[in-house]
Amino acid sequence: MRISLFIPCLVDQAAPKTAWATVRLLERLGHDVHYNTNQTCCGQALFNAGFRDEARRLAERFIRVFRDAEVVVSPSGSCVSMVTRHYGELALSSEYVRDWEHLKTRVSELCAFLVDKLNITDVGARFPHSVSYHASCHLLRDLGVKDQPLRLLKNVENLELIDGDWGDECCGFGGVFRAKFSDLSFSIADRRAAELANGGAEFITGADDSCLINLQEAFRRIGASQRTVHIARILAAENGELL
Amino acid sequence: MSLIKREIHKALNNTQLREAVLSSCRRSVEKRNLTSSEIDDYEAARQRAKSIRQRSIDELESLHADFRKVFEAAGGQLHYALTADAACRIVVDLIRKAGAKRGVKAKSMVTEEIGLGKALTHIGIDAIESDLGEFIVQLAGEPPSHITAPALHRSKESIGRLFAEKLGVSYTDDPVELTGIARRVLRERFVKAEFGISGANFIAADTGHVVVVENEGNGRLGAALPPLFIAVTGIEKVIPSLHDLPPLLRLLPSSATGQRITSYVNLMLPTGREDNGSQEFHVVLVDNGRQRTIEDPLMREMLLCIRCGACLNICPIYRSVGGHVYRSVYPGPMGAVLSNLLGSRSEMHMELPFLSTLCGACRDVCPVDIDLPRLLLELRARASKPVAERMAAAGWLWTMSSPARLEMAGRIAKTTGRLFSGVLPTGGFVESGMSFHHQAEKQRR
Repeated sequence: MRISLFIPCLVDQAAPKTAWATVRLLERLGHDVHYNTNQTCCGQALFNAGFRDEARRLAERFIRVFRDAEVVVSPSGSCVSMVTRHYGELALSSEYVRDWEHLKTRVSELCAFLVDKLNITDVGARFPHSVSYHASCHLLRDLGVKDQPLRLLKNVENLELIDGDWGDECCGFGGVFRAKFSDLSFSIADRRAAELANGGAEFITGADDSCLINLQEAFRRIGASQRTVHIARILAAENGELL
Repeated sequence: MSLIKREIHKALNNTQLREAVLSSCRRSVEKRNLTSSEIDDYEAARQRAKSIRQRSIDELESLHADFRKVFEAAGGQLHYALTADAACRIVVDLIRKAGAKRGVKAKSMVTEEIGLGKALTHIGIDAIESDLGEFIVQLAGEPPSHITAPALHRSKESIGRLFAEKLGVSYTDDPVELTGIARRVLRERFVKAEFGISGANFIAADTGHVVVVENEGNGRLGAALPPLFIAVTGIEKVIPSLHDLPPLLRLLPSSATGQRITSYVNLMLPTGREDNGSQEFHVVLVDNGRQRTIEDPLMREMLLCIRCGACLNICPIYRSVGGHVYRSVYPGPMGAVLSNLLGSRSEMHMELPFLSTLCGACRDVCPVDIDLPRLLLELRARASKPVAERMAAAGWLWTMSSPARLEMAGRIAKTTGRLFSGVLPTGGFVESGMSFHHQAEKQRR
């Protein structure tokens, strides 16, 4: 299958290994992976900050870049939910509305794509470490992707999945929220990090680098040794090593 | 630093408050999860409740007319207040006309919203709060910090100290004894009360019933004993029929306190229409921005709210710092929206819609399926932005309009240590090497 990668700006700049892991994983599964170098930001940051008009212009840009793509896959639940759910709230100009209606059904988050579209739960990865999963909010509650990442992790060779009763509370990131109310954001992150650290896993994984970066900082603040790593990197690991 | 930020800072440094709020919220959510899991096909029950509330809003005018007809035929008097001040004036006039001085109040968020307590105190009328939580915050001179658990931010020790100081009793932190103290104070006040004031969870348009759910029996006593009873509630609280009540009561107590049903469910009608010494029974319907909200197609969904407080209990922000930081009558996710819809336009709380991570837990837990994140986002779009933010947004758009600019901005950010306008830190975890984009382009060449 010809797959177009949508690499969110944050992944591109702050966590490029997640992007490379996504490429490696999809290619290993036999797909033809393309990256349109004209892509930038989906507009979520502006949308969440209340700048609808500016966000709309980035949304229309996104639609121009991806409208001819057969299938679009992204290692971010949050940005996919922006494209598939929120573009409809942006008063897109009429020439873009139809393209978006058509495009939104072809844009998938990586884990949902693997499990729901490709029917794959074993991607042939090996990762000999203990791992806990943190459900990112937009993936879980906006896109309804709950079990797919766990099913993928359970099939990773030598991976010990540590599950606990820590629920699915937000890590406190929230983009513009963290910028405006950083003390409070940190406090929520520290609480969430402490819950996850109590599980004792070496790695905390999830499907959104924004949340994982936020949590990594919190682990450092509370003096916990956990490392956060995007699920794409675990799924791409072949010989037990992260990319 | 804004007022809200200062309040947050204070709350974050108050360990006792944070522990009280977090443990109470967690307990409520656990109980809520348990009782809601007992409901067969919860999602269907939720959609049914939502459709009842939707009809209430859609047919508001005719439902009010229906209610007025049956309620007045039964001997009640219906009042309509456009503003908070007008509502206070109506209540004050009723109490004055009756020559009353001392009365009892049951829990009501609408009376908080219109500032009734202050209006009564101002003219020397003594209305004691009879709900235990409200009694506590009234003694302390604080506003409630939660819409169903007003004193949730207080530990039993702090309540013990408050009672010792204000009521002249000896200190105890035993909840049973503390409740006993409040009961002794209140019993006497009930008997002597010349008026009773309460809110109303619903009013039924087909029968004229005023519905009040409660757990302490104070609502029942305060409504039945005094010769004058006034229920103050929002115009949107009308429901088409008393038959619509069970589906709503299936969800309201469960969402609010994790109870299958509250200890008391009061269905009240006026007791007579002649001037034979029977009780005066009034309902005051408060608009205060509600009609305006109904006419706002993107915001009217907020008026479906049945004030259970589940969105407060589950909110990562509310449970971290409690309700007082919101500096508005209604806290939490519902409060961050409602505070910007009610009251006069000059009292908007523009910072509140940003006090959310948009995690969506509030939407999932809402018994009438209100899309709170959507409403918060809509209010963010409507908020006026500081110049610095507008410039940052223009800068972001400019940067993201070209991959080369994004690449350049990324490099600058990594050298200055601030990525994405300081939203993300760059130290440590953030990979320091080249962006994916840059590497991908190099590979292509």
